[in-house]
Amino acid sequence: MPEEKKVQLKRLNSSKVLGKFMAEYYYELDNAAKTGEKKIAWCTSVGPAEILRALGFLVYFPETHSAMLGSSRMATDLIPKANAVGYSPDICSYLTADIGAYLAKVSPLATIFKGIEGPPKPDVLVFNTNQCRDVQDWFNFYGEEYKVPVVGIHSYVGVQDVTESHVASISKQMKAMIPLLEEVSGKKFDEDKFKEAVALSRECSDLWKDVLDSASAKPSPLTFFDGTTLMGAAVVGRGTKKANDAYRELIAELKDRIANKEGAIENERFRIYWDGMPVWGRLSMHAKLFAGLDTNVLASTYCNSWIFSALDPDDPFDSMARAYTELFIVRADDPKEKYIKDMLNFFKVDGIIYHDAKTCPNNSNCRYGMPQRLEKETGIPSLTLNGDLNDLRLVSDEQMKTNVEAFIEQLEERK
Amino acid sequence: MTMGKTDMSERPRTESSIFVGTDVGSSRTKVAVVNPDKELIGYSIEKSGTDFTATADACLATALRMAGTNQSNIKAAVSTGYGRNNVTCADSTKTEIGCHAKGCFYYFPQAITVIDIGGQDNKIIKLDDHGHRTGFKMNRKCAAGTGAFLEEMALRLDIPIDDLNDLAPKSTEMVKLGSFCTVFSATEVLENIRNGKRVEDIVKGIYFSVVKRIMEMDSFTEVVVMTGGVTANNPYIVTLTEELIGRSILVPEHPQLTGALGAALFALENNCS
Repeated sequence: MPEEKKVQLKRLNSSKVLGKFMAEYYYELDNAAKTGEKKIAWCTSVGPAEILRALGFLVYFPETHSAMLGSSRMATDLIPKANAVGYSPDICSYLTADIGAYLAKVSPLATIFKGIEGPPKPDVLVFNTNQCRDVQDWFNFYGEEYKVPVVGIHSYVGVQDVTESHVASISKQMKAMIPLLEEVSGKKFDEDKFKEAVALSRECSDLWKDVLDSASAKPSPLTFFDGTTLMGAAVVGRGTKKANDAYRELIAELKDRIANKEGAIENERFRIYWDGMPVWGRLSMHAKLFAGLDTNVLASTYCNSWIFSALDPDDPFDSMARAYTELFIVRADDPKEKYIKDMLNFFKVDGIIYHDAKTCPNNSNCRYGMPQRLEKETGIPSLTLNGDLNDLRLVSDEQMKTNVEAFIEQLEERK
Repeated sequence: MTMGKTDMSERPRTESSIFVGTDVGSSRTKVAVVNPDKELIGYSIEKSGTDFTATADACLATALRMAGTNQSNIKAAVSTGYGRNNVTCADSTKTEIGCHAKGCFYYFPQAITVIDIGGQDNKIIKLDDHGHRTGFKMNRKCAAGTGAFLEEMALRLDIPIDDLNDLAPKSTEMVKLGSFCTVFSATEVLENIRNGKRVEDIVKGIYFSVVKRIMEMDSFTEVVVMTGGVTANNPYIVTLTEELIGRSILVPEHPQLTGALGAALFALENNCS
């Protein structure tokens, strides 16, 4: 009988530091919600967090809660609850899982962090549609439920080149939300604090980029699956000093691994670029599947989405506007393809996997011929996996496994 | 065009070194036995059922009898398919994509596109003229265009599935089914029955639907090969595909066996390497 390879995943020691950071982050939010000591703003993951920090808000990001609903595999049972109140099973399963959890009054936070019952009640909800329109609908739901204001930035989509007019428009929208945010926070907007938050965000972005760039080493000290959890601090903590300190420890460990030629997986034979969302409920399964095939999925569009190199504390509004519009997800296919080609080259990639996430069209870049165009241009083969970020009803494990194994066999034939 | 390499009448009755490939599919389990000269000397096809290990063992016994040999002569064995990890005699596994590619290239050593239509999945595999895969596609999480679709439609029409193949060529006015979905297609079939459409016309429409689903999956290169249980049991589907793509299609001698044969050839290669 053929034996299935047993794979033991390697853990980074500094992931504990980042875990501690996340715990402190959620306890601080929980305490603020219970005591009212600080105001809480909910923000989309690529929303204007720096403005909120400058006004003294603690910032909560519902998308991380949704990712936790996915990775804890709670999401699939909760999504139908949101479907039943009018949110289609075809729309963002972050949205439907999170609203489903709200309706069912459950949260993975309650399981992971003793004493926390669930997400902190918001005082205001702030979105940026640079990711998708779903975030606006998601926040509007909570605006109604909690009877708090919802304010947002309406971004451009399919941006070819980021122009001054894009920047001016987004910058204007950010400035326009400040009076309402001042009213909710009870504080006057402080330009110096704002610049400080932008400077810390930029630093966080640079550190996070160093983390991800370390995967260009052969063997790579990092996997995409590590990155999806390590990025938590870049998402929820950008604009804070604590997040930056946590990443410095991580970078030191990654540098050690590189110096010792220690790969994140044993015997790295193939290097894969992942485009699209992870399947949160299958992170460990997928990490083991690839490691068992001596293959490292080591770089991704997704983890790179929290690199904002345009941020400049000397020009805070416009640089934020530029950074949050330069984002991959906002762009037209031409700049997206150029970006991926650069990544393939930089990370010395053997193959690309596109995750076609059923409920996340904006993060599924394989639907308009991009895999075929890039393969023709670069000669690097690709595979498309059909699945979803959170809704495991849309995931076939056996099909994914067969597809991945067959793709690695295909790469073997090329060597 | 059906082609083959098996000539059972001339093979020696005893083989001291044999190589076995077992393909445990969702619907059928297939075993192929080859000798060191890569000749197919025994095979067996049975319903997979629920006990994959027992079915694979039974299939192996039948194939070995046909080959005139016994288990002690197995030098290497490779398993493939959904139940690949349940095969007692196998030393290693390969994906069904790899095995179908290998099996087809054995019959047709040239650049080909393989269309494999199985019980629950379809595959399109492209090979270069060295037999190396240049790409592949599997159907998405849906039974449309697979054997399961045909089974469901036969059930709705209340006719044995084996009768479908002879009914379709008698169609004079094909009924087109518009839906992707097996359940919705079944509803369309019922609607057509209610509207008095002829069974032959509906059956041709069902085959047409399968071929359309396949053609949506990927483009084809010049030379196309069709395999799989659906191809083996429904040769009309090859005729219809030929009509739709405008050129003839190659079909190996045992279209349902190419995965198992490919696995056996991998076993032979593994043993020699």
